[in-house]
Formats: sequence, structure tokens, C-alpha cells
Amino acid sequence: MKKATIIDYGIGNILSVKRAFEANGAEILFASSREQILESEHLILPGVGAFAKGMEELEKRGFVDAILQYCSMERPFLGICLGMQMMLEESEEQGNHKGLGLIRGRVQRIQEYDENCNLHKVPNIGWYSLDVLKKDKVFEHYDQDNRVYFVHSYCAHVDNRENLIAQYYYDTAPITAVIKKGNSYGMQFHPEKSGEVGLEMIRQFLDI
Amino acid sequence: MSSKRLIARLDIKGPNLVKGIQFEGLRKLGDPHEFALSYYKQGIDEILFVDIVASLYDRNSLDEIIRSVTDDVFVPITVGGGIRTLDDVKKALDSGADKVAINTAAIKDKSIITKVANQYGSQCMVLSVQAKRLDDHWEAYYDNGRERTGLEIGEWIKEGYELGAGEILLSSVDRDGTLRGIDINLVNYISSIVPIPVIVGGGMRDEQDFVDAIKYGKADAVSVGSLLHYQKSDIARIKKCARDNSIDVR
Repeated sequence: MKKATIIDYGIGNILSVKRAFEANGAEILFASSREQILESEHLILPGVGAFAKGMEELEKRGFVDAILQYCSMERPFLGICLGMQMMLEESEEQGNHKGLGLIRGRVQRIQEYDENCNLHKVPNIGWYSLDVLKKDKVFEHYDQDNRVYFVHSYCAHVDNRENLIAQYYYDTAPITAVIKKGNSYGMQFHPEKSGEVGLEMIRQFLDI
Repeated sequence: MSSKRLIARLDIKGPNLVKGIQFEGLRKLGDPHEFALSYYKQGIDEILFVDIVASLYDRNSLDEIIRSVTDDVFVPITVGGGIRTLDDVKKALDSGADKVAINTAAIKDKSIITKVANQYGSQCMVLSVQAKRLDDHWEAYYDNGRERTGLEIGEWIKEGYELGAGEILLSSVDRDGTLRGIDINLVNYISSIVPIPVIVGGGMRDEQDFVDAIKYGKADAVSVGSLLHYQKSDIARIKKCARDNSIDVR
């Protein structure tokens, strides 16, 4: 049985994530210590809400180094929503805040108006299909028509295009959807709330 | 344009899915889990559960239903009805809900909006607003459409946004459960005064109402109850009609 560890840092819908992984036959552990993080086979960092608070809660628990160490060993890691954003170097949400720095880049607010002056409602909430830019195991069975669920006000900008796996379009504006470095994935959308499409991605991730 | 959402609204009394007419008079329709699962399989975008007696009897007893629904339904779940304190919010989220819809508690003490937004994020805090037409404007009502607030709807919603609400759930006291169509003017008015998504619900008669709510009302999402529960239409038909009208839906 595959084992997956969800980092419990007081933030985010860990139960939903747990259920989605269990639906794929995984055994779930919640990490509340550095040791548990380092012992993981598949490590997940969920998260919703503000960047600063998320980083503060990780730092408070002394999880930052453990996460960095785990990822440096190229073990499978998945950051979801805020968890994905924290993988970057910094965010401009509520001032400037440092992230984990796993992938080079920053987090910025979604543009309020697109180039045609259409007002973007923020947070952007909805189901969108992905423009997968690179061949990747997790998206092996992903079909262009399938959609996943996004809810966010801030988005990631990676420095290196090599780390950009997929994006989606809000009107005509491309927004980062999936980032990756080594075996560390970040998904802006919620695979655990994206129906069967999301469950399939989780399945593929568990196979790494 | 951005992608628009179809949300199924399930009114719950005790263990049952029910439907009311203009917030009075209830009919039992069946097992909420069965309905939710069926809608999930048919491609519903989100599900909204409302405990419609909670605010009368001072409790929110949806937790068990949410817990079991989220075992096999993997789309966003919103819970509303009698969410009064941060503890109620925590219980709802711990059962598996992603968002909470709050009306009465926010009317009585608007600081709860900010508290929820700060603790769980704005995306979790849906301000539920029940609008009733009075003379030349709309007023916000609470306690499931029974009590007046004296607040003009636009002012209240703008304040809610400023306090941290991430989404608005707008229902019409006049239209709910009546299958008389939505109030397009109301929707348009609200959609244009806040930069956060607006979900509109109440009174959908058919697929065209979904289209109108979005095209003319400029709503970002539409919540439907009776239309689906009584099988006057279905999810596939509503979405097809949307696509035929150039609305981007899943």
C-alpha cells in the first residue's frame, strides 16, 4: 500500500486531501514533526489562505528545513494551492514575504484587468482546462478537455521556464497551473476537489 | 470570459433533503448523500448544503452528512445555515466543507466575516445575502428570509467585501422555490459593485434562466435547487444551453 504524508501545520483542508489520497488506496499519515516529514514516502503540503500566515506556521513548527531536505533528495513532493505558492522564493501578498525557495520565482496578485480591460473577479474561482507544456508522468492521462478546480487571488511566476509544466487561461491571460523541479510538484488548482480528473493525477503522483 | 459554475443547492432539515417555497412550507425529497452523489456523477461544479432550521433552533447539524458526502464526492462543498461562531466554521471545515456561507451571524456581528477570512482565507468566507424587494430598492433579510435588517443590499455587500468576504451568495426572498425566474436587475446591480465572484440562486425555472443570470445578470455562478431536485431539467441540459450561448462551462 502506498503511503502519503500530509503536513499538518494548522492550515488548509487536510481532510479533503486525505480523502482524495485514500480514494486512491493510499495510507495517510499527518506529519506534525520534522522526523515524520523526513520519513515520508510521498509528501504533501496543502494550504489555503494567506502566504505570510502559511510560512509563519511552517517556521513556527520548524518544518522549513525538513521540507527542503526532503525535496533535495528528489523524493515525491506535492504542494497544493497555497502549498504550491510557498514553494517559490517570495510573495507580494500582504507585503513581501519569503517562501521555501524550492523553485526560483515569485507570487503576485492576479491582474485585476486583462489586456482587453475585462474585469477579473478575484479570487478566480472556477474549472479550467490545462495547457500542459511538457510531457510529464502526472499528466500522462490528462485530456485537453478535462478541467480542474481553481480558487486563488495570487499566482506563481517562475524564473525558469523549465519549471513550468502547465498553465491555464483566464480570459486571454495565461496563469501558472503546475510547477515542478526534480520530483517536487506544485499545483495551483485543487486535485482533491477536481473530481475524477484530479483523482487520476493523484494516482499518478502516488506512482512516482 | 472566465469559466462559470453550476452549483447544486441542497436544503437540509435533519437527515433529509427538503425543498421550501419562499422559505415557508417544506417538502421531504430524500437522502442528501444520494442526491449529492448523483449530481457529482453528472458533472456538478460545486454543492451547497444549507441547514434550514439551524438558525431557528440554534444548531448546525450538517456535519455528519458532510462527512459522509465527502467520502465519495470530490468537488467543492459549501455549508450554510446557522454558522454562528468560528467553532461552527471549524466543525464544518473539519467535516470536509471547503467554504462556509454566513448570513444571520454576519448581520448580528459583522466581525465574524473578518475573523473567518483571517483564520481560513477569504475564499472560505461566502457572504450569504437574502434580498427582498421593497419599493424602489432591495433590503437584506436574515433568519432564512424572515427578518429585516434595514440595510440596503448594495451597501451591505460592499461592506462585506471590505471586511473580507471572498464570494457573495445572493438569493431572492421573493423568488426562492417559486420557479418564477431570477431577478436580473438585482443580480446585475450586485455583480457590478464588488470585484469578488457572485453566486446567484433562487427561482431558476429552466436552462435559459442560468444563461440569463450570467449573460445579463453578470453572475459568476448560479445555484439551483428545485430545478434539479424535481427534475425539471438536468445538469447536462443546463450546461449545453450555456455552451450554445457562448458561456464557458465545464
